[in-house]
Amino acid sequence: MKLPVSITVNGARQSHEVEPRLLLVHYLRETLGLTGTNVGCDTSQCGTCTVLMNGKAVKSCTVLTVQADRSSLTTIEGLAGTGKLHPIQEAFWEKHGLQCGFCTPGMIMTACDLLESNPRPTEEQIRHGLDGNLCRCTGYQNIVAAVKEAAGRMAGGSKRQSA
Amino acid sequence: MASRIFGSGIKRREDPRLLTGQAKYTDDFVLPNMAHLAVVRSPYAHAKIKKIDTKKARQMPGVLGVFTGSDMKEAGFGPIPCAWVVPGSNTKTPPYPPIAIDTVRYAGNAVAIVVAEDRYAARDAADAVKVEYEPLPTVSDPKRAAEKGAPRLHADVENNVCFLWNVKGGDVEAAFRSAEVVVKDRIRNQRLIPNAMEPRAALAQYSSGSGEVTLWVTSQNPHIVRFLLSLDTGIPEHKIRVVAPEVGGGFGSKIPHYPEDTMVIFASKALGRPVKWTETRSENYRATIHGRDHVQEVELAAKKDGTILGLRAKVWANLGAYLSTASTGIPTILHGLMLSGAYKIANIHEDVYGMFTNTTPVDAYRGAGRPEAIFIVERLVDLLAKELKRDPADLRRQNFIPPFSDGHTVATGVTYDSGNYAGTLDKALQMAGYKALRERQADLRKKGQYLGIGLSTYAEICGLGPSQVAGAVGFGGGLWESAIVRFHPSGKVNVFVGISPHGQGEETTFAQIVASELGVPVDDVEVIHGDTDQTPMGWGSYGSRSTAVGSGALMGAIAKIREKAKIVTAHLLEAAVEDIDYADGKFFVRGSPGKFKTIQDVALMANVAWNLPKGLEPGLEASAFFDPPNFVYPFGAHIAVVALDAETGEVKLERYIAVDDCGRVINPMIVEGQIHGGIVQGIGQALWEGAVYDENAQLLTGSMMDYALPRAEFFPNFELGMTETPTNVNPLGVKGIGETGTIASTPAVYNAVLDALAPLGVKQVDMPLTPERVWRAIREAKGR
Repeated sequence: MKLPVSITVNGARQSHEVEPRLLLVHYLRETLGLTGTNVGCDTSQCGTCTVLMNGKAVKSCTVLTVQADRSSLTTIEGLAGTGKLHPIQEAFWEKHGLQCGFCTPGMIMTACDLLESNPRPTEEQIRHGLDGNLCRCTGYQNIVAAVKEAAGRMAGGSKRQSA
Repeated sequence: MASRIFGSGIKRREDPRLLTGQAKYTDDFVLPNMAHLAVVRSPYAHAKIKKIDTKKARQMPGVLGVFTGSDMKEAGFGPIPCAWVVPGSNTKTPPYPPIAIDTVRYAGNAVAIVVAEDRYAARDAADAVKVEYEPLPTVSDPKRAAEKGAPRLHADVENNVCFLWNVKGGDVEAAFRSAEVVVKDRIRNQRLIPNAMEPRAALAQYSSGSGEVTLWVTSQNPHIVRFLLSLDTGIPEHKIRVVAPEVGGGFGSKIPHYPEDTMVIFASKALGRPVKWTETRSENYRATIHGRDHVQEVELAAKKDGTILGLRAKVWANLGAYLSTASTGIPTILHGLMLSGAYKIANIHEDVYGMFTNTTPVDAYRGAGRPEAIFIVERLVDLLAKELKRDPADLRRQNFIPPFSDGHTVATGVTYDSGNYAGTLDKALQMAGYKALRERQADLRKKGQYLGIGLSTYAEICGLGPSQVAGAVGFGGGLWESAIVRFHPSGKVNVFVGISPHGQGEETTFAQIVASELGVPVDDVEVIHGDTDQTPMGWGSYGSRSTAVGSGALMGAIAKIREKAKIVTAHLLEAAVEDIDYADGKFFVRGSPGKFKTIQDVALMANVAWNLPKGLEPGLEASAFFDPPNFVYPFGAHIAVVALDAETGEVKLERYIAVDDCGRVINPMIVEGQIHGGIVQGIGQALWEGAVYDENAQLLTGSMMDYALPRAEFFPNFELGMTETPTNVNPLGVKGIGETGTIASTPAVYNAVLDALAPLGVKQVDMPLTPERVWRAIREAKGR
C-alpha cells in the first residue's frame, strides 16, 4: 500500500506515492536525489540527517515521509541560492568548522534553528544547542566558533555587506 | 607573495562542496539498474551453522538473489587476506572467509547476503533468511582467552594465541634487581569503537564484457584495497578500479579491506548489475573494526633520586575473531617500539600475546598502538612521582631525552628524528600557570574540593615510513608515496597524489606547497586523489603519513618541474641553464632579475612546443616517488585540569592545555583542527567510551544510544601552543599531527582524575572514568 504525499522541498512542490514506512531521509536522498543530507546512525543520536521542517530542525531519519505531508522542508541544498553561501556556511568555512564534512549539513541546519530562536547565543548555549549533533573530526571547538561567528554576521549582516 | 602561502591558515579548498551538500560520498552514487545488498549476520558470537534456509527470502518481492559463503567460495572468491603478519612470532593466520561457511566466530559475522531491487526489500528478505545454529561457548576477554579450558576459536590455533611478540633492549632483569623503587600497574586499555560519522559503503560495477570492475568504497587507501582485491576476487589488479570518493572520516576504521568489498563485487558479477551495500550504524558497531583492547601488566624500576632504570610489560592484545588488514602490526611494531616515550629508559622488555576472541576484529584506531604505549609510560611515571613524592613535571624533566636534532636511538631500537621535550613541557607549564594551579589545588583540598592536574609528555612514531622497514616488520606493502604535477597550457595545475585524504585537508595543504614552491596562485592548483585509475600508486592516508610522506613526493615532482623550467627559460632567454635562478615564481638570469620567464610562460611554451631546445620533450609534467629514510616522531606536552565531584563521581574538564611539535607547519588552521579532534577522541577514551561485551560475547554497547560519544557540551575551549623542531626526514621538515592529540590526551586526563582522587585514597580505576566507576572507587577506598 502506498500513500500520497505532497511536500514543499526547498521551495518546490513535490508529490509522490510512498510506502508508509519510508523514512523522510530516504525520501530526500533516494526519491528526490537530494544527497546532501547524510545518514550517520539509526537511533536518532547523531543529528547528521537534520533538516528544517516548517522552520524547525528535525532528524529526518526519525520522521516518516507521510508525517511530512503538507509541510515545508529546507535541506542543505536549499539553504542559500545556487552558487551562494548562507552566513552560517560562510562562517563554517572561515572558522574551519568542518573536516570530513559528513556531519556538516546536519550541524548547519541545527545551527540555523538555534540562531533563529536565539540570535546571540553564549558559547555555553551554542554547545548545549549542538548537543544532538555528533562530530568525530573537529572536537567541536571550531564548530562552536563558527556558530558564534555566524551569529555576528547575521546580526550585523547589513553593515558587513556594505563594508 | 609565495612565501606567505606556506605557513598560512588559508581557508580550505575542499569546503564549498562540503558546505553545500554537493560532495559525493559512496552512498550518494546511484548507477543505472543498481541493486542493493543486505547482509544476514549471526546473532551468536560463536556457533556452528547447521542449516541456512533461503527459500522464503528468494520468493520475496524484488529479491534478485540470496547467496552464502559456499556460493562465494565456489565462484572463486577466497578468504580476506591479512596484510601485516609480524615476523618471528610464530603468527597464525587462520582463514577469514568473507561469509562464514560452517562456523561463526563473532556476533555480526556474515552468514548470507541478499540482493534486491531496493534497500528496504533487501533488508526484509535478509530478515527472512532462516539460519539454524548450534551455539558454542564464547570468550571475549583477551587474557581469559589464553587460559586453560577457554573456548577455542580456530582449530589450529592453540590457546587462541595468534602470536607472542616481544621487544627487548638492555638488561631489564638487572635493572629491576638494582632498583630502589618499583611501581606497578594493571591497565585495562579498553576496546573502542571508531565511529567515523559516515558508516561504510561499497558499490561495485562489474563488466563481463571487459572483465573489469569498479568499486566505489569508503576507504583511506584505495590502492591497498585494489591490491588485496586482486588476491581474493581472482580479478587481476589492472582490471580493478577502486575509487574512494568523498570519505566521511576514517580514524583507521577505513584502512581495512573488508568482506563487504568482495560481497558487492561477487554479487555484481553474479547478477550482471551494479550492486551497492550501505552499512547501518548498528551494523557498523559489529561489522567495522574496533580499536585498542589491551590487558596490560606493567612495572617501572627507578632509583630513589627519580632516575628511571627500566620498564617491563606483559600485554594481552585482543585481535577479535579474525585478522583484519593491519591487525598484527598495531599491538606490536606500532606499540612496543614506543615504550620509551620521551624518556631515557635504558632497559625495556615487553611481551605481547595477540589473542583471538569471539569479538569484532580489532585493527587500527586513531593512534593505533601508540596510545596503548604512551598510556603505560605516562601512567607509570605519574605513579613513580606519587611514590617518591615528587612533582610529576620535575620528574619528567629529569628523565627526558635531552634535546637532539640528528637522531636519538632508544632501547627498543628505533631512532627518533628530532626532539626537544623539555621545550614543549616548559611552554605548557607556563601556559597553564602550573605553579598557581598547584597552589589553588592545595587550597581547594583544604575545603574538601578536589581539583586534579594531569600531565602527559609524549613522543610518537608516525609518517609511516621507510618501505625497507615495512618489509622487515612484516607489512605486506610499501610505505612510499607518489605525486604527479601537471601544468596545463594556461598555467593551471593538476596534482595527482597516491595519498587518500578524508577530512585532513591535503587538497589545500598540497596546493599551498605547489603555490609557494612554484609561484602559482593557490586557486590555480587542483589536487586529485582517491581513484586508482587517475592517480599514481600510493599507500594511503593513515599513520599521520599523508603530509609527512606525501609532501616528499610532491617536492620531488616540483624539483623536476623547476629543472625543466630552467632549461626552457634558458633557451627562451638565450642564456646558459647554469645561469638561471628561481625565486618567487620567476626564472631569471642570475644578475639580471629583469630578464625572466614566469612559470606560466614556461608552461605555455612547454605545452605548445613551438620553440623548445632541440631534443627536449614537450609538456610540463613531472612524476616523483618518495620513500622516507625514517619515520617522524612528533612530540608534545599536554596538561588537563579537572574538577571532581566526590559526592557523585562526576568529572568536569575545566581546562586543557596542549603544546605540540610537528615540525614545520604548512597550514596552522588545519593543524589546530587536527589537534582539537584528536584531543576529544583521546578524552573520549579516558572518560566515556568503551565497548562492553557480556558473558556470551554479545556487544552491549551496540549503538550510539549505548556507547557514549563525546558531545559539544562536554568540553571547554582548548588552549593550544606550538613549538617547531623540524625533521630532516623529508624535504619540508614536517611531521604528522593527525594522531598526537589522541595519544596525549587519554593519559593527561586519566592522570588528572587520579590526581584529584589521590587525597581520597583511590589509586586505580579502569577507564572509562564514568561517574559510577569513580563513585564506586571512592566508596571502596573509604571502606578500607
